[in-house]
Amino acid sequence: MKWQSLLASFAIGLIPAGAVHAAQADHVTASHAWIRLLPAKLPAAGYVTLQNAGSSAATLVSAHSAVYASVMLHESDVESGGMNGMHAVNQLAISATGKAMLAPAGYHLMLEQPDRVLKPGDKVEITLDFADRSHLPVQFAVRPANTADPN
Amino acid sequence: MKLSHLARLAALSMLIVASSWLSACHQSESTPWQLTDISGHMPDLSFRLTDDQGKTVTAADYRGKVALLYFGYTHCPDVCPLTLAQLHVVLQKLGPLADGVRILFVSVDPTRDTPAVLHDYVAAFDPRAVGLTGSPSDIEALTKRYRAAFTREPGKADGSYDVSHSSGIYVFDNTGKARLLATPTDPQDKLVHDLHLLLSPGHAP
Repeated sequence: MKWQSLLASFAIGLIPAGAVHAAQADHVTASHAWIRLLPAKLPAAGYVTLQNAGSSAATLVSAHSAVYASVMLHESDVESGGMNGMHAVNQLAISATGKAMLAPAGYHLMLEQPDRVLKPGDKVEITLDFADRSHLPVQFAVRPANTADPN
Repeated sequence: MKLSHLARLAALSMLIVASSWLSACHQSESTPWQLTDISGHMPDLSFRLTDDQGKTVTAADYRGKVALLYFGYTHCPDVCPLTLAQLHVVLQKLGPLADGVRILFVSVDPTRDTPAVLHDYVAAFDPRAVGLTGSPSDIEALTKRYRAAFTREPGKADGSYDVSHSSGIYVFDNTGKARLLATPTDPQDKLVHDLHLLLSPGHAP
């Protein structure tokens, strides 16, 4: 038992050490983070602008939150006058010194199964996970459904 | 969708014909509309559905109002809410004239979109928005009437599923005649301009 817990503390201790060396998240800053709140517990969308100050690309691979049981990276397909739908996206690269926008009618975080009923003005922390296993916690502002221009 | 191309082509060819006529006599006076004119290309508004209060309604209940018909569903977190939020802004820009407008949000996902779900949903966007649902066959008939295809994507393991649908906004005048087609990519001001025209007494034919 003692050995197991000792090994476990080693393992836990090693994760942050690894993150320090390979930290895509350290070069990425998030702004304009908001959630379009829908009534009841309908799936909502999260939007954020990501700026990469690093000299190499940072790749967003997933996101998670204590508030939402499911957070997925999605992209809407919108054709002028045509069909629109959505598909899941495995990863989103932010080029060196480049920018990626998760914005309405494009890339977004699909947020499902909130653990409580949210209201406009709330803040929700969503952690962005990068390919090198580094993480960026971001505070998202909860805004009303009919927000047209959030910023 | 092919419709908008056809409609645009039709509108464009009419415009070319009209302008070649007009250049002979009067200047200007082409189409007054900034959106795609679908007058005569789409049937009048007609349906029998259930509104978000649980009441059976038909198109006749909205005569006297300019109707903005949009197909969507509540489990659509990105494009549908964006479109409804933009329509809300358009109505705000119209001021008191917006009382003459109804947004008819028709669910293409009637299994999940009960009147109660729709009621909370549309109310979150605009007081002039009405949620409509019905039997799958009634919904399908309406989408076919306006050639607004939708498909249900294969279900996922957890029983959820996605729906692809046409993103056009069909504009009907206060007599239920199909007049204009807007897409979410059209600038809001075009819709504001054309609705203003449609809502003004003695508007252009």
